[in-house]
Amino acid sequence: MKRSDIVQKLGFSALFACMAANIVFLGSIIFFIAARGLSSISWAFLTEAPRDAMTAGGVAPAIVGTFYLTLGAVIFALPLGLACAVYLTEYSPKGWIVNLLRISINNLAGVPSVVFGLFGLTVFVKYFGFGVSILSGSLTLGILALPVIISASQEALTAVPQSIREASLALGATQWETIRRVVLPAALPGILTGVILSVGRVAGETAPILFTAATFYMKGYPRSVFSEVMALPYHIYALMTEGSHPEQQTRIAYGSSLLLLALVLSVSLVAILIRARQRKTYNA
Amino acid sequence: MHNADHEKQVNMENLHPSLIKIQAGADTNPAGEAGVSGPGPKISARNVNFYYGSKRALNNISADFSARRVTAIIGPSGCGKSTFIRLLNRMHELVPGSRLEGEILLDGKDILSPDRDAAELRKRVGMVFQKPNPFPKSVFENIAYGLEVNGVTDKNLIEEKVVDSLKKAALWSEIKDRLKDSALGLSGGQQQRLCIARCLAVSPEVILFDEPCASLDPISTARIEELILELKKDYTIVIVTHNMQQAARVSDNTAFFLMGDLIETDRTDRIFKAPRDKRTEDYITGRFG
Repeated sequence: MKRSDIVQKLGFSALFACMAANIVFLGSIIFFIAARGLSSISWAFLTEAPRDAMTAGGVAPAIVGTFYLTLGAVIFALPLGLACAVYLTEYSPKGWIVNLLRISINNLAGVPSVVFGLFGLTVFVKYFGFGVSILSGSLTLGILALPVIISASQEALTAVPQSIREASLALGATQWETIRRVVLPAALPGILTGVILSVGRVAGETAPILFTAATFYMKGYPRSVFSEVMALPYHIYALMTEGSHPEQQTRIAYGSSLLLLALVLSVSLVAILIRARQRKTYNA
Repeated sequence: MHNADHEKQVNMENLHPSLIKIQAGADTNPAGEAGVSGPGPKISARNVNFYYGSKRALNNISADFSARRVTAIIGPSGCGKSTFIRLLNRMHELVPGSRLEGEILLDGKDILSPDRDAAELRKRVGMVFQKPNPFPKSVFENIAYGLEVNGVTDKNLIEEKVVDSLKKAALWSEIKDRLKDSALGLSGGQQQRLCIARCLAVSPEVILFDEPCASLDPISTARIEELILELKKDYTIVIVTHNMQQAARVSDNTAFFLMGDLIETDRTDRIFKAPRDKRTEDYITGRFG
């Protein structure tokens, strides 16, 4: 065997080993959580409220709360982020200001989430007087999701070939008609990817809702956007740090983790399916 | 096959019969005198200079484009022919930092004056691009789009126009069962004819072709050329090409560009048989370019 062949073999083996290590890590996360959490999952766990000082019952209010918070965050962040991305890629004059904005937005994505939590506490809870509520939590999570949505949308818009923009303009369409009817539909799969990523992140965040939305325990379901809510990630945190029955609580915490994982995966799955359908229509 | 012929001068005897017939028809400019053929200019450029930033791309171009005739713009790569054709429907405005001096007249009126709407102009002056660029939508939607953005809401009228445009673009019989399929599933040649149909649907007066066959095989190219000859009965056509055989086959008049200058414009048969400028002769006989 030639030397270059041996080097190639070694190289590919090393790459394979790294890939395998990744699979092992990911697989073991899912395995451990499933192994410890599966026993708590039952119909009652999904549909009932917690009982007996968090040692029994289900997590239904937390599921509902996480759903509301995530939905609220997306409703707030998607139009705002998309509008921002459209302006930056389609309208604003190209130059160093736009580049600076782009870099700033990317950096915003790296800000620790607890900082967003403090910001939400100061601005939404206190200054606007929304109190600890779904509204405050959704807005805080929305701001957290904005950078992801903006940069994914910008990438998706930039990937739309200039040639079909020209085709539209050459038919007498205005720039706005071109964006709304040609560019945005073509960029939709990429934009959806951004939304998926942000939903995953938002649903799992604990720190931003710590001071702005979450409560350790509530009896019923939230009545309005101004209610406090239970949320799965915070519920897990609370189960592991408070209360007087660590054993039962740990079991429920693993159950909740498994549930949260499944929830995020299924949201992603739905979005992937939408995207696949979109691709089929558009890309033959 | 096309490339092999490049070296030789184009044989005018092989021209498309319909071309010769039309050239023999009633022209304001009878054969024998220098000057373009046709019933008068639809588009005129007057002293046009064009700059990308500080770089000058076109030098003082003046030319007439006859109504219901095909004018070919030929010249080596980088001579400014594509740059020029994009001025005629103001697509150059998409290039940041570009600047245009001079006048471009459509039916005698300046298209560049600031109070004229570019979108309105582009409805009258359509364009087919170098690479087929159908929208990632269905065949039907591709054609309906232009009508819809121009305010047509009547569903029956749209359907009628779609069918009509596909027929005019010689595509109807091939894809009449595939109107709901994605346009991106068509072959390259079909996509380009779809782009022509899309352009025809908004009823332009002028159609600009910017190297429409550059990415097509010879059979698809022949189809597009036949189509252009058919369309010139109703439309004023300007076509950029660096295939000289193509210019000879489809055009009535030819303009030769070189390094941003318009060297010569004349009837196509005279450009290829008896060019007045030495540089034109050098180019068409394949001495450079």
